[in-house]
Amino acid sequence: MRGRSLYLKLLSAVIVFGAWETAGRIPVSYAFPTFFESMSALATLFLDGTIFTAYAETLKPLVVGVAISAVLGIGLGLWIGLSEKFDWLFSPIFVVMQSAPLAALIPLLVMAYGIGLTSKVFVVCIMAMPVIVLNTSGAVRNTPSVLKEMGRAFLGTDRDLILKIVIPAASPIIFAGLRLGISAGFIGAILAELKITPTGVGDIITYSRSIADYPRMYAAIFSIIVLAVLFLNLLEKVEQVLFKGNQRGYASD
Amino acid sequence: MTVFGRRLPGMSSLILWGLLWEVVGRLGVTFFIPPLSEVLVTLFATIGTPAFTKALSETAYAFTMGVTSAIVIGVPVGILMGKNRLLDELLLPWVNIFLSAPLTALVPVLMVLFGFGMKSIIITTTLFAIWIIILNSRAGVMQINRSLIEMAHSFGASPIDAFVKIYFWAALPEILGGVRIGVIRAVKGVIIGQLLISIVGFGALFELYSANFLMSHFWAVLIVLFALAFTISEFLAFLERRVAYYAAKR
Amino acid sequence: MPQTRDAAALHQAHDVDYAVTAHKVSKNYGDVEALKDLSLEFPRGQLTTLLGPSGCGKTTLLKIIAGLLAPNSGEIQVDRKTVTGPGPDRAFVFQDFALLPWASVIRNVAFGLELRGVAKSEREGIAEKYIQDVGLGGFENSFPHELSGGMRQRVGLARALAVDARVLLMDEPFSAVDEQTRRKFQEDLLSLVQHENKTFIFVTHSIEEAVYVSDQIAILLPRPSRVSEIIRPSGFRNRGSENIRRDPEYLDIVDRIWSSLRSYVE
Repeated sequence: MRGRSLYLKLLSAVIVFGAWETAGRIPVSYAFPTFFESMSALATLFLDGTIFTAYAETLKPLVVGVAISAVLGIGLGLWIGLSEKFDWLFSPIFVVMQSAPLAALIPLLVMAYGIGLTSKVFVVCIMAMPVIVLNTSGAVRNTPSVLKEMGRAFLGTDRDLILKIVIPAASPIIFAGLRLGISAGFIGAILAELKITPTGVGDIITYSRSIADYPRMYAAIFSIIVLAVLFLNLLEKVEQVLFKGNQRGYASD
Repeated sequence: MTVFGRRLPGMSSLILWGLLWEVVGRLGVTFFIPPLSEVLVTLFATIGTPAFTKALSETAYAFTMGVTSAIVIGVPVGILMGKNRLLDELLLPWVNIFLSAPLTALVPVLMVLFGFGMKSIIITTTLFAIWIIILNSRAGVMQINRSLIEMAHSFGASPIDAFVKIYFWAALPEILGGVRIGVIRAVKGVIIGQLLISIVGFGALFELYSANFLMSHFWAVLIVLFALAFTISEFLAFLERRVAYYAAKR
Repeated sequence: MPQTRDAAALHQAHDVDYAVTAHKVSKNYGDVEALKDLSLEFPRGQLTTLLGPSGCGKTTLLKIIAGLLAPNSGEIQVDRKTVTGPGPDRAFVFQDFALLPWASVIRNVAFGLELRGVAKSEREGIAEKYIQDVGLGGFENSFPHELSGGMRQRVGLARALAVDARVLLMDEPFSAVDEQTRRKFQEDLLSLVQHENKTFIFVTHSIEEAVYVSDQIAILLPRPSRVSEIIRPSGFRNRGSENIRRDPEYLDIVDRIWSSLRSYVE
């Protein structure tokens, strides 16, 4: 069955890339290069090293922004989850942020912080933070009450309960929140490069478009999507290995 | 939180934050934060202006079209994937890829293919919403209780009957859940689209305000947008709860 | 029923030593009275069962004794000291096991000692002994999700035994395991009561289980909860665990409890 699944995945890739190639050959649009043209442009980007310098630039705000969001977001989330007062005070803000189109803040950020790294880091943060905070606080609040009761029955202090029961119990969901935050951070990092100033991969995309070098533009876009998807899938695998069986093992099964 | 034995309503802390905003604005800490009261006055003055109504109606149009096509395409595709194993195995990897892919990167492609206009924005919105709708509809169909389907067959239901009377209803809670998340994503998509293709809707309005440093106008539009987005998501959550009652009891 | 009256007489004659006493305990949840002026004594070294229909407050009483819930009025004494919260003199066995899913069997068993600040090597030595005692030798490094329901409850039991409390509180400990395992557990529990010098307080809704394992059965009736009757099965305790279920006294008591509880079945 494993063989069949792999075979079908390959078949599915062949169908989609074949359709891309065919559509490019017809062509459906002057701005639609074929699959092989795009891939050879990607190979050129790799060979002349352009792509590496570009990603060094693109990943900077992403890494800084995600790091800040992770530390602040998890800290705040723990606090909100543990304290009713903080929950009342901060939860509404993050609930609104979660449903709001925060990208609309970008013009304001540019006015306030200019077009440099600071603004871009900010964009990544506002995209990544809400889901990290909400996942963390939700997970902390939903610690199985029987485990907390067990901790108290065996004379755990509040500190023991938080460190040995609440945080370990919440960590799979906190980790999932981080993954979703990184996913949103990717959106923010690219948005920042396309909207604020074209640097890194955003620069390759914008510049190639302006000189109508469409294969190169498609190649850059293809690469960023592949990178994001691979990285997020890797995180998901790590998650499965790290927290294997963590969600199970309660009474009902 | 409870104060003096009375429970404070959930979102009431926003009033406190509003007051803080007002104070910060009054103190003149930064040019970028005008007092809330000033923003609210601007909001009521702006809301009726042609520029605002135009931006709002353009956005609403793009949003409605985008969400509608995401639902009309997404739900049947999801249901078919849930029922047909071959189709599922062929499509699922792609749905998962696009679910987590940074779709902002695709907007430049849409711009060169479909022009700097409404069409690209609508497609951006659809792309943001559709994948989660497909995935949830699929999950909804796959979790349907086997005995429910066997019951339909044993009473002689035709395939169409089974589809309309069993599959759709049994999967409805999941489908609505997917639509709710899809709609929230669509709100973000429509704004991202407008920011990158900034000659339509609120994108154009933002350009205008930031070029002229009209801070309270800017905040007024943000408040309207956030309030609308929040209302939509709460309304859908309410709808979802109305059908979720039987989700647990199937 | 002569045997119960005899038991009561015997019991008054010998001024029994009580490990735990509940005195006029009341507990309300909002407007609902869960327990009202409930008084009950638990003889040392014996197993007392709290038996009753669902909603009769038996788990509430157990959690008040554990110190996990505070009564609205009345008090619990353990060894003549009033209970104000959880203490080292009591250990709890949970209905749904309450094992840490991210911790191995040995860490779970040692967890009570870990919370008391016992050094790692020492607590693992103690845990190891109790893991052997409950028959889980070889599973030290397994995780809860790799164990069957019955094995998980053995882990829960070992954890409670490891802290060496004088009073063991068991909240429907066998209700989440299958019938065969349950019978084995009941036999093991009997020998545990016999060999460990501990006081057991046991909550169940199974009449047969209560009669099979108990030295004293307190029948609780609901809304608000009160003790309607105390039964002390005594005649068949020394005739071997395999003979209990066909002992006429056993059958009589089961029948009698059923006839007094049947009107409370919804």
